[in-house]
Amino acid sequence: MLCAQLLFPLSLFLGLSATVEVQRPRGVPLSKRQFYEEGKPFTCLDGSRTVPFDRVNDDYCDCKDGSDEPGTAACPNGSFHCTNAGHRPAFIPSSRINDGICDCCDTTDEYNSGATCKNTCREMGRRERESLQKLAEITKEGFLLKQQLIEEAKRKKEEKQSKLTELQAGKRDVEEKVEALRTVKETAEQPEKEAKERHLKAWEEQKAVIRMEKDKAKMAEAFLELDDDADGYVSVAELQSHAELDPNSDGSLTEEEVQGLLGGADKVDTSSFENIWGNLKDKYVSESQAENPSSLETAPEETKEPVTDNESEPYPEDDIGVEEDDEEEEDDDDDTHEDFEDKVRSFFTAQKARDDFEESERALREIDDQVKNIEKELSFDFGPSAEFTYLYSQCYELTTSEYIYKICPFNRVSQKPKFGGSETNLGSWGSWAGPDDNKYTVMKYEHGTGCWQGPSRSTTVKLTCGKETTVTSTSEPSRCEYLMEFTTPAVCQEPLPVNVVHVDGHSDHVEL
Amino acid sequence: TFFFMVVDHVCQRSRGSRGLLNLGVCTRAVDRSNFKTCDQSSFCKRQRDIKAGQSPYRALLETMELTNSRLTLQLINDNNKVRLLLELYRLQGNMTRVKINELKPLKPRYEVPDVLIQDPPTEPLSVVAQDENGVVLSLGADEQRLIVSARPFRLDIVEGPKVLLSLNSRGLLVFEHLRLPEGDQLKEEEELPGTWEETFKTHTDTKPNGPTSISLDFSFPGVEHVYGIPEHADTLKLKTTDGGDPYRLYNLDVFQYELHNPMALYGAVPVLLSHNTERTMGVFWLNAAETWVDISSNTAGKTVFGKMLDFVQGSSETPQTDVRWISEAGIIDVFIMLGPKPSDVFSQYASLTGTQAFPPLSALGYHQCRWNYNDQEDVRGVDQGLDDHDIPCDFIWLDIEHTDGKRYFTWDPNKFSQPKDMLQGLKDKRRNLVAIVDPHIKVDSNFKVHNEIRSRNFYVKNKDGGDYEGWCWPGNAGYPDFTNAEMRAWWASMFAYDQYEGSMENMYTWNDMNEPSVFNGPEVTMHKDALHGSWEHREVHNIYGLYVHRATAEGLIQRSGGVERPFVLTRAFFAGSQRYGAVWTGDNAAEWGHLKISLPMCLSLGLVGISFCGADVGGFFKAPSTELLVRWYQAGAYQPFFRAHAHLDTPRREPWLFGPENTALIREAVRQRYALLPFWYQQFYNAHRTGQPVMRALWVEYPEDSVTFDIEDEYLLGRDLLVHPVTEEGLKSLTAYLPGKREVWYDVHTFKKHAGGQSLYIPVTMSSIPAFQRGGSIITRKDRVRRSSACMENDPYTLYVALSPEGTAEGELYIDDGHTFSYEKNKAFIHRRLTFNDGVLSSSNLALDSQFTTASWVEKIIFLGARKPASVTLKTAGGSETRVEFEYDSALEVLSLRKPGVNAGADWTVLLR
Repeated sequence: MLCAQLLFPLSLFLGLSATVEVQRPRGVPLSKRQFYEEGKPFTCLDGSRTVPFDRVNDDYCDCKDGSDEPGTAACPNGSFHCTNAGHRPAFIPSSRINDGICDCCDTTDEYNSGATCKNTCREMGRRERESLQKLAEITKEGFLLKQQLIEEAKRKKEEKQSKLTELQAGKRDVEEKVEALRTVKETAEQPEKEAKERHLKAWEEQKAVIRMEKDKAKMAEAFLELDDDADGYVSVAELQSHAELDPNSDGSLTEEEVQGLLGGADKVDTSSFENIWGNLKDKYVSESQAENPSSLETAPEETKEPVTDNESEPYPEDDIGVEEDDEEEEDDDDDTHEDFEDKVRSFFTAQKARDDFEESERALREIDDQVKNIEKELSFDFGPSAEFTYLYSQCYELTTSEYIYKICPFNRVSQKPKFGGSETNLGSWGSWAGPDDNKYTVMKYEHGTGCWQGPSRSTTVKLTCGKETTVTSTSEPSRCEYLMEFTTPAVCQEPLPVNVVHVDGHSDHVEL
Repeated sequence: TFFFMVVDHVCQRSRGSRGLLNLGVCTRAVDRSNFKTCDQSSFCKRQRDIKAGQSPYRALLETMELTNSRLTLQLINDNNKVRLLLELYRLQGNMTRVKINELKPLKPRYEVPDVLIQDPPTEPLSVVAQDENGVVLSLGADEQRLIVSARPFRLDIVEGPKVLLSLNSRGLLVFEHLRLPEGDQLKEEEELPGTWEETFKTHTDTKPNGPTSISLDFSFPGVEHVYGIPEHADTLKLKTTDGGDPYRLYNLDVFQYELHNPMALYGAVPVLLSHNTERTMGVFWLNAAETWVDISSNTAGKTVFGKMLDFVQGSSETPQTDVRWISEAGIIDVFIMLGPKPSDVFSQYASLTGTQAFPPLSALGYHQCRWNYNDQEDVRGVDQGLDDHDIPCDFIWLDIEHTDGKRYFTWDPNKFSQPKDMLQGLKDKRRNLVAIVDPHIKVDSNFKVHNEIRSRNFYVKNKDGGDYEGWCWPGNAGYPDFTNAEMRAWWASMFAYDQYEGSMENMYTWNDMNEPSVFNGPEVTMHKDALHGSWEHREVHNIYGLYVHRATAEGLIQRSGGVERPFVLTRAFFAGSQRYGAVWTGDNAAEWGHLKISLPMCLSLGLVGISFCGADVGGFFKAPSTELLVRWYQAGAYQPFFRAHAHLDTPRREPWLFGPENTALIREAVRQRYALLPFWYQQFYNAHRTGQPVMRALWVEYPEDSVTFDIEDEYLLGRDLLVHPVTEEGLKSLTAYLPGKREVWYDVHTFKKHAGGQSLYIPVTMSSIPAFQRGGSIITRKDRVRRSSACMENDPYTLYVALSPEGTAEGELYIDDGHTFSYEKNKAFIHRRLTFNDGVLSSSNLALDSQFTTASWVEKIIFLGARKPASVTLKTAGGSETRVEFEYDSALEVLSLRKPGVNAGADWTVLLR
């Protein structure tokens, strides 16, 4: 139960053949060997106390920083160094020493637990070197591709910029043309407009006559209705039954108020009623109407509006050209033949001017759209060297067992069931979201379709270096929060100098 | 409505298909209208309409028969002349059993089987006195008498001049006898609606047996505090129910339950405890039908006492609590546990229904759960994440999505195609997995489990005799009849490694939805007129979940040939469920109130035998704030069952997702749990052996200190560790009550000593988990925390010896293999007593016939409240004496002995001179 082994011989491969044994306490890295000098009192690395050397690795924690027990699990905050010859050295928490689980590939963490660990360092080292090599190749090729992408982006950007300049120059011409054509159009429209105004005036006059007749009829009807005793007079009492006429709307229609409405009289005959009708007509509700409760219930607000308005007919506001036939008929009686010819002529002239003007406006809008699009594209953050430019307006798909996932970089991410069904928006372009020192490694797409009792869907896209541009995996770690892995040459870093990987496979440590 | 209900529920829990996710606006808390009030439950309303008064029952003393162990006599209802048979038993261990059934029922009435662990052993009853008014029986010691009054019938249990408890003193013994639908009713009985058929919402209960409910009242003179009858999201101390609904016991799947109300929840234990400074008693109402419990409090003066009791106290100021039990079916079968100490009541109840199953040690570790870990890669990632962040964990859990289309015992072929690889991966890390197995079985002719159950005729039947079907996670589902022993045996056999494909020995089981939950059933459960053999679901409802739990636990035992201890978590439970594993408080929410209520909910369960209790850490529904999550980990680390869980629709919340600072806080809480695992394990061993709860209300240990009677924001683990977790947002300080006027308590984090019998003001920070060790106790810890409990097996112990004001301390140490039944079968365990007296700390064997060896040793002994010794010597069994090095902190009075080094299973003595 008490740890017996204080020191153990450590074999290191140095170069190809030389093997040197370096004595040091278990779990101590070479770099700290000098602090553990056999036979001399040991001072905790934090300097907090000094203990006899036999308390180093005696399976009891004496130092607060755990430094007296580099090779046992005695200290809660200690760490153990595995050399992992053939692979790469590592520190593991002391609590993983002799816990029955093989953590160090050289098996040195399980020296007293009965766990049967196999030294896998060489195999792991080989595999890691292989994958590093592969990665290095990918990185190298990817980085070359990235250079091309950067060049391409640069070219593209210049293109866009010159196009923009060109468009903006062209735009000024078009703008001038538009203004000119507007003047032509307005001039051409003048006779036509006058004709229209004439027509409108006649229409208004005709409408006023109709309205007056209707009002009169209504007044007569109201008089008859109000004159309950049919004595030819409308009295205060008769009018008082119409609470809606209450001038101050306080809910009671007093006698004084009614008298006021009647122009001070107690009763009025038909002709006097004509004088006071103006006081009443806006509020008056016909008794036949009032008896119908549903109309009051459904539209209580409407009673406040002038009743006559309900019957007014809208003047046809549409383009006169469309109404050509009607106009011809209507105007037949009034207009002379010359008038008509003039009108047709002026109309065709105006129409042509209008068409020209609209066409020029359309051209301007097109230019504006192009300008906007280019400006939008230029405004995106396509990376420090614009290396992500090529992704713009492209889309990439990945089909899984259930869904087809699609990412259109800088636009949106979506998901569509493989076997029919509508598309779900998993987020629209939000921002670069990598760590501060490397923000161009993660894209964030936000505000997708909402989730039940939850947030709207969002997607995090992790970019890794690859020769191809492709979606490699998708997952939904948390409900409605998607994760997409995406490879692109655009994130490939400049390869490090090659000498870190030893060709002989016997590197004692690989600094990465 | 049928479809609506299904969709409604699926969208609420939304474990269903994605297509349903956006349906419904179901964001509120519990929809109370889905569940009955007493008024809506016809028998409850009928019963409650009967008010206290003169009982119509009369004891026919001439029918009395007394055998050595039993007294029987007939009761007659003078209104309808129906006779009942009363049986009285005096049980060993200071208990009385009162059974009342119809003398001649039309057909047998249901008597709950399988809850009592044996026929309770009886003791002789003797008649002390008898006349035409009644009989006085001796209950043995302490001048305890049972008085049977004849007219009106009532029972009183007295001790000397004191009435401890009266039955039917308010005349609420009501027994709806079985009758034929027509012609049998007596004229004076008005047929109330709902008597022969009852409709709730769209569900009609056909009630072929008509009204069968029963009721009885209990009065506790001198009692102001009653506890128990879980499960309710309510205070520890039960409230009076006047003017509101009674507490309801009816196992239900309640969606987003509300706090502080008497609504029924997932489980039911019909046990109520009464307590005052002099005595603790218990009433165990053994009935598995829907039950309501009314509690009222008044003064003794309001109760009319019989002539034979004219000697009782006349003071009208004596407080009294009256309790009335109402059940829909079955018989009256009551066990009165007379205490007198809380620990006596626990022993008495344990002698009836058994003790807490002794869990594997690993089950006391930390459990990492989520609905759902998506696939094997996700499980592997979580396992790795725990190691990357150095957070100990013993179990990773898989909820329903791991199955192939909610067919339990299967695996999703894409996401969990190689379950054994996954399990082996966890095993390599010395961790375990739990996979859910619910009792509803998908009706699918291509599903083996369904076909077998159907062909064996094991499904619950509907009222017309066909297989009962209802909606649950898989859609249309059948419900195996777990009340059938043959069915249970078959179910258990399904857990054999060759039956349950992809299972391995480090995979355990979780039974959810076993109320049973039926999405389209009345109150989201089974129709009461469904049939379990000849019994109606009405009669067995509350015990269904226990049977599911039991059959599963037995399956896990059998798959190892009876070698390994099982671990099964259940949501539904009943009296006796403690024998089969752990329970949790169901689908709580990420709210501070839910964190806070987890204490009284688990304390209440502890009072009625169920010690292995916990709440979903973090809260199931909704997303917790970081502060709430951290506080919940801190509180959960000190509750018996420690599992983080989360709803499918919530963002991920593994402990390392909230920044390094919060990860560190959570890590620290989990590490505190692991350091205390030896203590927890010993507490569970004690609970298993004695029936004493692990998590205890303060009054359990300080029954004479009335200050403790209402305390529910702190508690004791065993006797010796007092915990007052922070359960409020933004708290800067709290006040903890340290009980015991002659006690001292030591802050376990700072070792600072505090006097007992005071309310202590404690400033708190985000890292605070206020906890105190009682002076006079010895707690054993393993301070070398590792990534799982198994990794710590051979690690050394540190003893924390906290001295009492008299300078003494004692404690225990229990060690076994941590996972098999060898401790029981082969006595393969170490159980030692540690005592400190007169400067001598010694370890002695408590179980001389036991045999076990451990590699663990004692690395450190820390004395709290000690004086500085001149020297410290260790004596081992061989007689050798060695000096032990020590350090002393005079400011804190802490003495630390360096590396005594003795084996934890050995006899040894340490002398402080």
